[in-house]
Amino acid sequence: MSAPVIWLGIPAAAALILWAIRSERWTAIFGGSLALILSLLAIALPIDRAILFGNLSIRIAPVLEIFGRRFIISGSDQLILVLIYGIVAFWFFSAGVARIAHRLIPLGFIITSLLLGSLAVEPFLYAALLIEMAVLIAIPLLIPLDQRPGKGVIRFLIFQTLAMPFILMAGFLLSGVEASPSDVNLVIQAGLLLGLGFAFLLAIFPFYAWIPMICEEASPYAAGFVLMIFPTIGILFGLNFLDRYTFLRESRQLYEILRFIGIITFLTAGIWALFQRHSARLMGYASIMATGLSILAMSLPNSATSVGLVFLLIIPRALGLGVWSLALTTLKGTTNSLIFRDIQGKARSLPFASVAIIGAALSMAGMVPLAGFPVQYSLWRGVNEVSISMGFWFGIGALGLLVGALRTMATLVMSPKDTHWQSLESWAQRILLGLGIAGLILFGLFPQWSQIILASLPAVFERLGK
Amino acid sequence: MPEQFLWVAVFIVLGASISLLLIRDWRISLAILAFQYVGMFLLVSSHWPLGMATAKLITGWMAAAILGMTQSGSPNFPQQENSWPEGRAFRLFISALVLIAVVSFAPSLLTWLPGISLPVAYGGLILIGMGMLELGITVQPLRVTIGLLTVLCGFEILYASIENSILVAALLSVINLGLALVGAYLINADQPVQQTEEAE
Repeated sequence: MSAPVIWLGIPAAAALILWAIRSERWTAIFGGSLALILSLLAIALPIDRAILFGNLSIRIAPVLEIFGRRFIISGSDQLILVLIYGIVAFWFFSAGVARIAHRLIPLGFIITSLLLGSLAVEPFLYAALLIEMAVLIAIPLLIPLDQRPGKGVIRFLIFQTLAMPFILMAGFLLSGVEASPSDVNLVIQAGLLLGLGFAFLLAIFPFYAWIPMICEEASPYAAGFVLMIFPTIGILFGLNFLDRYTFLRESRQLYEILRFIGIITFLTAGIWALFQRHSARLMGYASIMATGLSILAMSLPNSATSVGLVFLLIIPRALGLGVWSLALTTLKGTTNSLIFRDIQGKARSLPFASVAIIGAALSMAGMVPLAGFPVQYSLWRGVNEVSISMGFWFGIGALGLLVGALRTMATLVMSPKDTHWQSLESWAQRILLGLGIAGLILFGLFPQWSQIILASLPAVFERLGK
Repeated sequence: MPEQFLWVAVFIVLGASISLLLIRDWRISLAILAFQYVGMFLLVSSHWPLGMATAKLITGWMAAAILGMTQSGSPNFPQQENSWPEGRAFRLFISALVLIAVVSFAPSLLTWLPGISLPVAYGGLILIGMGMLELGITVQPLRVTIGLLTVLCGFEILYASIENSILVAALLSVINLGLALVGAYLINADQPVQQTEEAE
C-alpha cells in the first residue's frame, strides 16, 4: 500500500461508488465520513515507517509510479492532507443540507484527488495537466444539465484552460534557467509566462471577472467549493515553485511584483464589493480578496512568516466561504434570487442563515473577534512594516468588504415593524449554520488553535519554511 | 520532413483558423476544425514520430466528432451573438492584426525555443492567436470549445518541439477529449428547456 493510493486513489474510486447512491443524505454522510477518515489517517498514519499490528508489520510507501512518473506523498505532506481533507469533510457533511451532495461529493472527490495529485506528481510540471483535468470536471459541478450555462462558467473554463499552456511552457524555460541562472533574458521570459499562468490560475487582477459571475449563476454551495479548493491548491502550487527555484526565491523584484499584484487584487475586489447588490456576488469578491491576501502573504520579506500566514489564511477562507455559501443556499431556497431587493427582511424568517451570511462576510473582512481577524491583522502589520502606503490600501480594500457586509446586514434586517420573528430553516440547517457561526467566533477568539499548523511548516517547504 | 510541407501546413492552419472565425455554420466549422488538425499533424510530425503525431490527429478528429454528434442531436435555434462588432469584415480585419502580430513575434520565438523551425513557430502562433480571437468574441459553448481547441492545438505544436514524452502527449490528448466532452455538455445544457422537452 502506498500513500498516493490511500489519499489520491481511494477518494477517486469512492467517487464512482458514491455516484451510485441516490440519497442526498447518505451520500453526504458517507462522503463526509470518508473525507474525515482520510484527514484523520493523515494525522495518525506514519508514511515510510513500519507500523506494527501485533505480529504484522506494514509500511506505507511514499511513492507510486505510473508510466515512469512518480506521485510522492511523504511525511512532510501530511499537514496539507489533514488540512485539505478536513476542509473537504466539513464541506461534504453540509452538502446534504444544501441538497447538492449527489453532485458535489463524487465530483468533489475527483477534483480533490486530482488537485492533490498535482502537488504530489514528479516531474511537477505534470501538475498543470492534472489541474486542467480538475477544471474540466468542475464544469458539471457548477452547471447542472438543466441549467443554461452563463458567461461566468464559460470564462472559468477559458481562463483556467489558458493557465495550463503558460505554466507548461514556463516550466520548460525554468529548467533552462536552472541550468544557466545568469541568462537574464531567459529569466524574464520564464517569469513572464509563469506570471501569466498563475494570473489565470488564481484569478488575480484583472482575470477575476468570472468569479462573481459564477457565484450569481451557479449554486452558491458548488461555487463556494470551487472558490475554496482551486485557489488554495493554486497557492500551494505557487509556493512549490518558489520553494524549488532558488532564483525565484532570491529575486527581490518577484516579491515586489507579488506585493503589487496582491494589493491591487485585494483593493479592486474590495471596492467592487462595496457596490454589490447581490449577496452571492459579494461572496465572490470576498473570495478574490482572500486570494489577494494569500499573494500578499507570499510577498512578505521573511519567507517563514509568509508561508505561515499563507497556511493560516486557508482555515478562515474555507470556513468563511463554507458558512457563507451554505447560508446563501438556504436563503436561495426561499426566494427568487439573491439580489438585495429579493432578500430584504429575510432575517425575520431565516435568522440563522442571515447571521451566518453577516458573520462570514465580517470574518472575511477581518473583523474582530471572528476567524479572519487574527491572521489578517498579522498580515496587515507585516504589510505596514514593508510599506505604509500598501498598508493604507489594504485598509481601504478591507473597508470595502466591511461596508458590503454592513449593507447586506441592513438589507436582511429591513422589514416592516409588525413582522414576527420565526425560523423557517430546518433543524439540520440550524445546527450546521450554528456550528459554522460558532466556528467563526471560536477561531477568532482562540487563534492559537490554528498555530499548530506552523510547527509542521519547515517540513512541508524545505527552503521556504525555514 | 521537407520544409515545403511545413509551409503547406502553415497555410492549412492559417486558412482553417480564419475560416473558423468567419463561418457560422456549425457543420462547416467542425469540418474545418477537423481539417485544421491535418495541418497540426504535419507540423507536429516534424518533431515527433509519425505514430505520436497521428495520435494527435485522431484525437482532434474525435473531438470534432464529439462536438458534431452533440450539435446534430440538439434542436436548432437561432445562434445569437451578443458581442459587438460582429460582422465578417471586422473579424477579417482583426484576424489580419493578429497575423501581423504573429509575423513580428515568430522569429523571436526561435530564440525562446531552441530547435523549433520557423514554419512550426508560425503555425503554432497563428492557431494560438486566432483561437484567442475566437474566445474573445463569443460566449456560445460550441464556438468557445472550438476556440479553446484551436489555442491548445497551437500550443501543442510549439510544445511538441521541446517535449516528446509519450505521457505528456497522452495527457494532452485526454485534455483535448475532455474539453470536447465538456463542450458537448455545455451545448446540451445550453438548449432552452422548452425545446428540449419538445424534442423528447
